[in-house]
Amino acid sequence: MNSTYETHEHDVLIIGAGGAGLRAAIEALAQGVRVGVVCKSLLGKAHTVMAEGGIAAAMANVDGSDDWRVHFRDTMRGGKFLNNWRMAQLHAQEAPDRVRELEQWGALFDRTENGEILQRAFGGHTFKRLCHVGDRTGLEMIRTLQDRGVHQGIDVYMECTIIRLLKDGNRIAGAFGYWREQGRFVVFKAKSVVICTGGIGKAWKITSNSWEYTGDGMALAFDAGADLMDMEFVQFHPTGMVWPPGVQGILVTEAVRGEGGVLRNKDGERFMERYDPKKLELSTRDVVARSIYTEVREGRGTEHGGAFLDISHKPAEYVKRKLPSMYHQFLELADVDITKGPMEVGPTCHYMMGGIRVDAETAQASIPGLFAAGESAVGLHGANRLGGNSLSDLLVFGRRAGFAAAEHAKRSPAAVIDPSQIEDAERQMLLPFERSGGESPYAIHEDLQGVMQNLVGIFRNEEDLSRAVSEIDKLKDRTARVRVEGSRLFNPGWHLARDLQCMLTIAEAVTRSALARRESRGAHSRIDYPGLDDTWGKMHNVVVKKADSMTLYESPVLEMPDDLKQLLAEDGGAK
Amino acid sequence: MADVPMAQATLQIFRGDREAGKAVEYRVPLVPGMVVLDALHSVQAHQAPDLAVRWNCKAGKCGSCSAEVNGRPRLTCKTRMDSLPLDQPITIFPMKTFPVIKDLVTDVSWNFRVNQKIPPFQPRPGVEWKMYQRDVDRVQEFRKCIECFLCQDVCHVLREHGKQEEFGGPRFFVRTASLEMHPLDGVSRTKVLKEELGLGLCNITKCCTEVCPEDIHITDNAIIPLKERVVDEYYDPLLMLVRKIRSAGKA
Repeated sequence: MNSTYETHEHDVLIIGAGGAGLRAAIEALAQGVRVGVVCKSLLGKAHTVMAEGGIAAAMANVDGSDDWRVHFRDTMRGGKFLNNWRMAQLHAQEAPDRVRELEQWGALFDRTENGEILQRAFGGHTFKRLCHVGDRTGLEMIRTLQDRGVHQGIDVYMECTIIRLLKDGNRIAGAFGYWREQGRFVVFKAKSVVICTGGIGKAWKITSNSWEYTGDGMALAFDAGADLMDMEFVQFHPTGMVWPPGVQGILVTEAVRGEGGVLRNKDGERFMERYDPKKLELSTRDVVARSIYTEVREGRGTEHGGAFLDISHKPAEYVKRKLPSMYHQFLELADVDITKGPMEVGPTCHYMMGGIRVDAETAQASIPGLFAAGESAVGLHGANRLGGNSLSDLLVFGRRAGFAAAEHAKRSPAAVIDPSQIEDAERQMLLPFERSGGESPYAIHEDLQGVMQNLVGIFRNEEDLSRAVSEIDKLKDRTARVRVEGSRLFNPGWHLARDLQCMLTIAEAVTRSALARRESRGAHSRIDYPGLDDTWGKMHNVVVKKADSMTLYESPVLEMPDDLKQLLAEDGGAK
Repeated sequence: MADVPMAQATLQIFRGDREAGKAVEYRVPLVPGMVVLDALHSVQAHQAPDLAVRWNCKAGKCGSCSAEVNGRPRLTCKTRMDSLPLDQPITIFPMKTFPVIKDLVTDVSWNFRVNQKIPPFQPRPGVEWKMYQRDVDRVQEFRKCIECFLCQDVCHVLREHGKQEEFGGPRFFVRTASLEMHPLDGVSRTKVLKEELGLGLCNITKCCTEVCPEDIHITDNAIIPLKERVVDEYYDPLLMLVRKIRSAGKA
């Protein structure tokens, strides 16, 4: 290997420093192995910091009848039974312990009158289940994990982007990346790699996601030969800001509805009474997003193409206390005082249910030594994620991934890295500097966002999706000729040129999976196939790289044990 | 529509690195509700693709996009263009207290090193995990901090006097306060505050409080109570006497 590369060696390398990555790191470290965490941004800025409403865990602090069985059932029902049942079970059973653990590491949740952790209502959850801190739960969580991890001794490589997973034969051997600051390349040798890189929202125009959400981890795993699954299931959060244009897509927490917020159309009608008269605003996200979208499409939207969300019937002090960041966000960015009048909201691309296919117990992917957890992994949420189940997902499966990755590393001899992989990745990365023609990555990115927004959005059909596949092909050709200006020193244009490749890979996986699934289920709505289809209800779409191209195949949904089937058949709230 | 002149703003953005740099002028079309970060993104997309800017959430929650707008430390994602005088150029410079890496991106790694000096949360042995809202309220105020480091940027002990080696800065007094006032914490950090974070160097000019985008009362609620704790422990004559007797007894 070229000895000029800066090289670091760990037993376990974790890519991504959000909730899943940090929880994995803490757990791996506790197993006595050497742990490194690589992240694209500064520590503490990962997407988890933007989570608002809360962590779902059946602690029964507010509603005494709650327990893991009800949480399990809510999760499966919300996911339209496409969930990995074992993940849904482990998640529901372990989430309360993971929340208590955060508290023991210094997190301070809002309290009940008895001095316990307070829980609030959220869409699709039978009971008040979301442990929260006002509307800044993610900040509390990431700060707690960050401090715990740093003081326990994880090595953090900030502002470093991984561009290739390195292999030794079929097994994982490490990762190769660059420092965003200086543009220098860096090699990480590792026996286990855990991918915790989050989602792909930046491929859509209207999104709540940050620049980091470009599907890197999924694309890295795909390129290394891992399976991606359920990629057609993209969550559009019902309530993003719609006005003014600069803030379009910024998240408006579901906690607004959890605390009693009401949705109305321009005629003042509480339209959720027509779409889900029982759960109303607290229906699942797929239903509420489609309802708002339909109201707008049928001419009952607000001036700026959204719906009104109103919490102003609650006392102003209560709103400011329970939803402080919403209050400031609207006051400062949209000149709206939410204690006095309604917000304008509309759907925004928010979360990827699909991702890297993993084993439920160990979070191991289909490549030995490769693990994945959080949004970049698939399984827990099925066809639609319930609000609050993401933060608990990060903790439950972050911990499991960290544990299993450490165990795997202990069992594994050192890997040998064939330097040709590194040289190839480096060459690919530097090509955009060498071209004299070619266009800016920003222009291609904007066009990709248009394609995904218009053709692979909330409602889909065969014609749009087929067109999207060919549009993505054209964008790939343009990306292959992309040109970058300036130097390697902190150059966002250069970084985007690489992120664009990841986005295109994942956008193609989403579009082709969506084209294949000829039914409507959860977040995947086909206008040309509007109903549920029992055959598709037993199948996942899996995407894998074969002979350098993307191949799709169907894989059966795991059979559930009878006692859990029985549980799902039961009605009502209580166990 | 092409002949309708679009409203524009003029930006003077610092372009450069550790060695050299200067303000470069860009003109951007104005959009309703536009914030300074939108203007920077517009420059990136259409004029200077290598313009270095940090950002993440674009909603005031992550504290990544700090810069000095018209000389004031601000989050660029929360600074509305229509709140600035648009008849003159808007200057956008990197935070002065930290070394420039490139353009608006500065080296803030020092902050992460300071944080490591602060002993983490340590619950009192055998503690019962019950806390009441009235007891956590004041700590929750400190935990709103998004680590934008604007308070560090504006603090004259760091900005003018460069006391990074001996002073932790307002962010880490807030951090320490959140641990010290945690209802179940059992560690004292007064020695660290005095000897490693240099709390005594703060002369409570409240500049940090003024720039905090989370409206944390840094000076009144964090720094002053911490100063009182340090004074109680180190300069209280009665305490000194008790300590002397105790140490004499041990010897």
